[in-house]
Amino acid sequence: MRNDITRRDALALGLSAATFAATGAAAQTSTIKAADVPTPKREIEKGATLRMLRPVRFVQADEDVFRANAAKFTKETGVEVKVDFVGWEDINQQTAVTSNSGAGPDIIIGFSDAPHIYIDKLVELTDVADYLGKRYGGWLPLAQRYGKKNKSDAWIGLPFGATAGPLIYRKSILQSVGFDKVPEDHAGILDLCQKLHKAGKPAGFALGNAKGDGNGFANWALWSHNASLLDEEGNVIINSKETIAALNWVKQIYPTFIAGTTSWNDVSNNRAYSSQEISLTANGVSLYFSLKNDPATKAIADDSEHQLLPKGLAKVSPMAGLTLNAMLFKHSQYPNAAKAFLQFMLEKDQYEPWLNANSGYWSQPLAAYAEAAVWKGDPKVSIFKDTMNSTYYDGYKGPISTATGAVSADYVLIQMCSAVATGAATPEAAAAEAEQRCKRYFRRQR
Amino acid sequence: MSVTTLSSSALAHRQPSWLVRLFDYKPFLIVMCLAPAIGLLTVFLTYPLGLGIWLAFTDTTIGRRGVYVGLENFQYLLTDPLWWNAVFYSVVYTGIATFGKFALGFWLALLLNNHFPFKSLLRAIILLPWIVPTVLSALAFWWIYDPQFSIISYLLVDVLHWRSSNIDFLGSPWPARFSLIAANIWRGIPFVAISLLAGLQTISPSLYEAAMLDGASAWQRFRYITFPMMMPILAIVMTFSIIFTFTDFQLVYAITRGGPGNSTHLLATLAFQRGIAGGELGEGAAIAVSMIPFLVFATLFSYFGLARRKWQQGEDND
Repeated sequence: MRNDITRRDALALGLSAATFAATGAAAQTSTIKAADVPTPKREIEKGATLRMLRPVRFVQADEDVFRANAAKFTKETGVEVKVDFVGWEDINQQTAVTSNSGAGPDIIIGFSDAPHIYIDKLVELTDVADYLGKRYGGWLPLAQRYGKKNKSDAWIGLPFGATAGPLIYRKSILQSVGFDKVPEDHAGILDLCQKLHKAGKPAGFALGNAKGDGNGFANWALWSHNASLLDEEGNVIINSKETIAALNWVKQIYPTFIAGTTSWNDVSNNRAYSSQEISLTANGVSLYFSLKNDPATKAIADDSEHQLLPKGLAKVSPMAGLTLNAMLFKHSQYPNAAKAFLQFMLEKDQYEPWLNANSGYWSQPLAAYAEAAVWKGDPKVSIFKDTMNSTYYDGYKGPISTATGAVSADYVLIQMCSAVATGAATPEAAAAEAEQRCKRYFRRQR
Repeated sequence: MSVTTLSSSALAHRQPSWLVRLFDYKPFLIVMCLAPAIGLLTVFLTYPLGLGIWLAFTDTTIGRRGVYVGLENFQYLLTDPLWWNAVFYSVVYTGIATFGKFALGFWLALLLNNHFPFKSLLRAIILLPWIVPTVLSALAFWWIYDPQFSIISYLLVDVLHWRSSNIDFLGSPWPARFSLIAANIWRGIPFVAISLLAGLQTISPSLYEAAMLDGASAWQRFRYITFPMMMPILAIVMTFSIIFTFTDFQLVYAITRGGPGNSTHLLATLAFQRGIAGGELGEGAAIAVSMIPFLVFATLFSYFGLARRKWQQGEDND
C-alpha cells in the first residue's frame, strides 16, 4: 500500500496553490515518527461506499486536503467516499436526525461530546484508536477524554483535532499601561483591564449567547477560581463558594470591558479587535490569521501576541479545546470500510499535510504530530500546539454526558455570569438558578 | 324520418353501474370530497400537533426515547423562573408590538388611502419590510443594534456629536427588550397597513359624502364611519397579528438568542432553546404547548371583543 503523497500527487489531486504551499514542503520534510505497529486486520466489504458529514472548513486548504485525502483512499481501496461539509451550527441537528432515524451518513465528525450523546447508536472504534495510539506516541489527554466512553477504555469517537481560544492582545498597548503580558492572577488581570479601560483601549470578552467565546469565558472564569460544574462523581456543584468568588470577580471586571459584551456573539470580539476598539480578548487562531493575511490589518497582527488563558487559582491554564470528533454509526452497511477510512485519514501521510494546511487552527490529538511543520513556523501560532494536552473540558471535572453538552448549548453558565455582570442577579441568586437548571439536565445522567 | 324509441320496460331494466350508483350515494360523496382535506390536515396539522402534545407529557431527549411522565414537565416549568420570564416578555412583546403595529399601520393605511402621485409604487414600497425574509431583516437590525458598529450610534456620536459613547442597545434587559419590539413593529407594519388599506377601500364613499353633508368633522367621520366599518377587518388582522407576534421566533433568535441574561426569551425561542439546542425535547414541547392557552385567549378576546361588538350588529340585535 502506497501511503505517501508527493508534490506531484498533490497537484494531480487538484489541490489549490495555497494548500500546496502550506503542505507540500512539510510532507517532504516530515520528522514525525511512526512506530511499526501491526495494522488491524479487517476486510473491507465488497462494493462499499461511504458517506461522511463534517463541519465546514475554516480555511480553504482544510477542505482541499481533506478531499484529496479521501480521493486518495478511494484510489487505493476502490471505496467511494462522499464527504459533505455542513455549517457548524447544523452538525448537531443533522447528527440527531441521523441517530434517531438510523439512516444517513455512515460517519459524522461532530464536536467534542457528541459521541457521548449518541453512544447507543455508535460502533466502537477501539481497534482503530489503539492502533493509532501505539503508532503515533499515544492519544493526548483531551482526545482521550472526548474519545473514550466514561470510566472505560472503549473508544466511541475518534478525535481529529481541537481548536482553542487563548488570549490575544495588543503588545504595544499593554506595554503602554505597564504590562508585558497578561498577569496570571485575578487581581493582576483586573488591574490590567482597569488600566486598559482608562487608556481607552479596553478588554472585551463575550458574555452573550456565544457558543464558543461565551462559554470559553464563562468556563475560564469558573475554572480559574477552582469552581466547576460537576465533581468527579458527576454531582452538580455549580452553586459553590468558588463559583460565588468567580461571579464576584466577573462583577468587578465587567465594567472595565467595552460596552455591549453581554450581547456579543462569536464574531463580535473578532470585529472589535480588528477595528482596534479593544486591545485584549480571547479567540482562536483565526483572528490572528485574518489580520495577518489582510495588508490593511497586518500591522495589528504584528503587534498581537497570544497567551494561554491565565491560571488564576488553577495549577495549569484552564483552557478546553473544541474538538472534532468522528463517529461511526451502527446503521452503516460498511463498518470495516468506514474504520479503514478513519484510520487512513489519521495516518501520517494524510494527517500531517492536513494538519499543516490548517495553519494551526486544528491541533493534533496524537502526540507524535507535535513535530509537524505547522508548529515550527510562526511562533505566534505555536501556542496552539498543545491544545489537546488540556485536562479541562466541557463538563469538567465530571463524566461527559448528554447533559454536559446541553448546559453548554443552553448557555447556562454564560447567562449566570451575564446576570451577575449586569446586576440583574446577585452571585448567590445566579448560582442558585444555574444549579436548578443544571440539575434538571443532569437528573437522568448518573 | 323514423324515430326509434326504447320501450318503457327496457328503460326500467337499464341500471346505472355500481360505480355511478356509489358516487350518487350522498354520504359516500361527502366522505370522498372531504377525504383529501382531512388527509392533509391529519398529516400536516393533527399529527405534528398531536406529537408535540404527546412529547410534552414525556421526558424525551434528543437521542433517547422518552417515557410518559404526566404533568412533570409542566410542574417543572411552573417552578422555572426563566419560563415565567418568557411568559412575561411574550405578553409584553405581543402587547406593545401589536399596539405599535396597529397604531402606525392604521395611520399608514389612512395615508395610503388618499389619492396622491405614484400611489401604487409607494404602496409596493411599503410592503418591502414584509417581503424581505425575516432573518435578513433580523441581521440588518443586529447590525443597527451592534454595540460597536451601530449606524445609530455612529450618527449620534460621530456625526451629530450628541452623545459621547455608543448606545448599548442589547447589553441590558429593558433596552434589549424594546429594541426587539421596535424591530418587530417595523417588520409588522406593512401587513397591518396593507390589510387595513384593503378594508378602507371597501367603505362606500357615499357614507362620507352623507356625513359631510350633515356637517361631520374629520374626527367624527373617522369615529362614526371609518372605525366601525373597519372593525371586522381590524379584528381579523389583530387576531393574526397577535398570533404572529406571540409566536415570533426568528427576530429574537437571530438578534439576541434570548440574551442578555435570558431576558429576551419568548416562549417560542425558549422552547427551541430547551428542546433542540438543549436536547430536552419533552420540556421544549411542553413550553410550546404552554403557548396554546395564551393564543386561544388572545384569539377569543380579539374575536369577541372586536368582531362581535353589539353596536356593529344594530342596537336591537340581542
